Amino acid sequence: MRTYEVHMSKRLSRRTLLSSVAGAVGGTAASRALPALAQTPTDTTRTRGPGPRTLGMRSPFEQPQRDPSPTSSRTPLQDLHGTITPSDLHFERHHGGIPDIDPHEYQLLVHGLVDRPTVFSLDDLKRFPATSRICFLECSGNLRRGREDLSPQLLCGLTSQTEWTGVRLATVLREVGVQPPAAWLLAEGQDAAVMTRSIPMTKAWDDALIVYAQNGEPLRPAHGYPARLLLPGWEGNSSVKWLRRIDIGNAPFMTREETSRYTDPLGDGTARQFSFIMDARSVITSPSYPQTLNPGWHEIRGIAWSGRGRIERVEVSIDGGSTWEDSVLQTPVLPKAHVRFRHLWNWRGTETEIVSRATDETGYIQPTFDALVAARGPRTRYHQNPVTGWRIGTGGQVRLSLERLGGRIGPRA
Amino acid sequence: MAVSDLEPDLIVDNAQCVCVIPDVMKHSRLMIRAVCCMAGLWLIGVLGMIGVGAEQQPPASEGHPERFGLGEPASMDLIQRLDIDVRPDGTGLPEGSGTAAAGAPVYAARCASCHGPSGEGATANQLVGAAPVGASPATIGNYWPYATTLFDYIRRAMPTNAPGSLSTAEVYGLTAWLLAANGIIDTDADINAQTLPLVRMPARNIFVPDDRLDANTVR
Repeated sequence: MRTYEVHMSKRLSRRTLLSSVAGAVGGTAASRALPALAQTPTDTTRTRGPGPRTLGMRSPFEQPQRDPSPTSSRTPLQDLHGTITPSDLHFERHHGGIPDIDPHEYQLLVHGLVDRPTVFSLDDLKRFPATSRICFLECSGNLRRGREDLSPQLLCGLTSQTEWTGVRLATVLREVGVQPPAAWLLAEGQDAAVMTRSIPMTKAWDDALIVYAQNGEPLRPAHGYPARLLLPGWEGNSSVKWLRRIDIGNAPFMTREETSRYTDPLGDGTARQFSFIMDARSVITSPSYPQTLNPGWHEIRGIAWSGRGRIERVEVSIDGGSTWEDSVLQTPVLPKAHVRFRHLWNWRGTETEIVSRATDETGYIQPTFDALVAARGPRTRYHQNPVTGWRIGTGGQVRLSLERLGGRIGPRA
Repeated sequence: MAVSDLEPDLIVDNAQCVCVIPDVMKHSRLMIRAVCCMAGLWLIGVLGMIGVGAEQQPPASEGHPERFGLGEPASMDLIQRLDIDVRPDGTGLPEGSGTAAAGAPVYAARCASCHGPSGEGATANQLVGAAPVGASPATIGNYWPYATTLFDYIRRAMPTNAPGSLSTAEVYGLTAWLLAANGIIDTDADINAQTLPLVRMPARNIFVPDDRLDANTVR
């Protein structure tokens, strides 16, 4: 792995900041930001600023926002640095809205094939030995395509990364005494969808967590407050939020979300079921749409991740895939976690395409979209992790490469 | 319900299990869902005896006691109130029944505004359609493998503007109406805890286990 240091020093003028805010967040958000900016003194060395506060807030110059729909919101991947997603920018996918749960009333029932059906309070869960883990959480329906004016957020913003803290599910299961022939458990949420998924006991004993904190503080309501299941490396839907019940059984429960949804139709008339693991993927988050580049040095930056383990390498091509070079991975490279990759690039002003391709420690190589369609047929809906690229025009305009994702289709693709 | 009341493929389904390959277990490369067509009941018995679930249980973390003594025993009342899941063999289905005729006015009043007057889909998913099994658009008739899932899902989550508000009779009626609209049962069939698990769904056999981890090829 190559290493190098880049020293970038650039004093941004207030005018530059203003224009970059307007360009980054669009008219509505920028107009909200402007009154605050107008009050900013021109010389901060001449006026004493405000003192400490009970809660911190972002600079008014920084307005990262999720992109919400009625059922989901997307993380602004292009606005983030490093690998941790600020909790208020973590993507959302809800099936019955966000429940308002009183932590004092919260109960987790564990029953079924157990010696001791037990109900745990939130305090009970917190008294068990705690563990923390940094890992990504990604919705398995995380690809938009068909248009070239898609930012990383719109392309694949249904992935985020958090330091989760909670108790190992295995510890809780030992407390209740699991009986043979336990093979699957049902995890059920307390939302209006009463979300349910069947989870194999192998995962429950392996690395499953019941978490109550994200990035150092209690879970946000949108992410399962006060406690949720967290299955590292698996499709987000299986990490059931607002967890209220675990029913241990000997077979899958065949809920709606694991039969008519979250299954993958294949080209031969069959459909793949219980396809939990998220395969390796990478995306360049900068440069990306809607940036416009000037010729000269740029650092290509992005994130890569694999539900199977660690990312081994991320190759970057600056010539549309003709040649590839290994990018630099930011250490530590954690298993089942976003890793930041970077690659220096001197753009000379000619039209080209920049592309990234991840390989994980199992040897799995991020496939092309065409290869995915060839393997699964045209109706494949979930678990699409194709190689993506950004086209750079002669004027420096950056646009999503349509030809890598099946070409132009309707806006609702 | 006795096992002998079930149709053969439903018995086989109970034998779906997770077979663990010990040396890869910790990497979650996990499971091969074994569907043993000829030996379903035999397999249930064997798995029960050798205790597949218990064998997967790894040793406790170092320094952990056998139990921490946390939590309270769950009362039967609490379990009965929360345990609403319905399994493919019918476990969890309540007493009661419904027919398509009884379900029709419920559908019109509570479902049609989102799913269309005939289940053709509107702002919410299409539920009824003539496309063959596995074809698009996916509907209950060509993509749902178990009829019991209908009851479970309608009772727990529908309608989205008032989830949990339907009576048991209304849920059975809606289940019957949707099955009849998809041509799966007769319009006068009585759907209840005994008959619903016996309904054979057209898409019953289209689902296959995840084979992506068997090789590092694109699947």
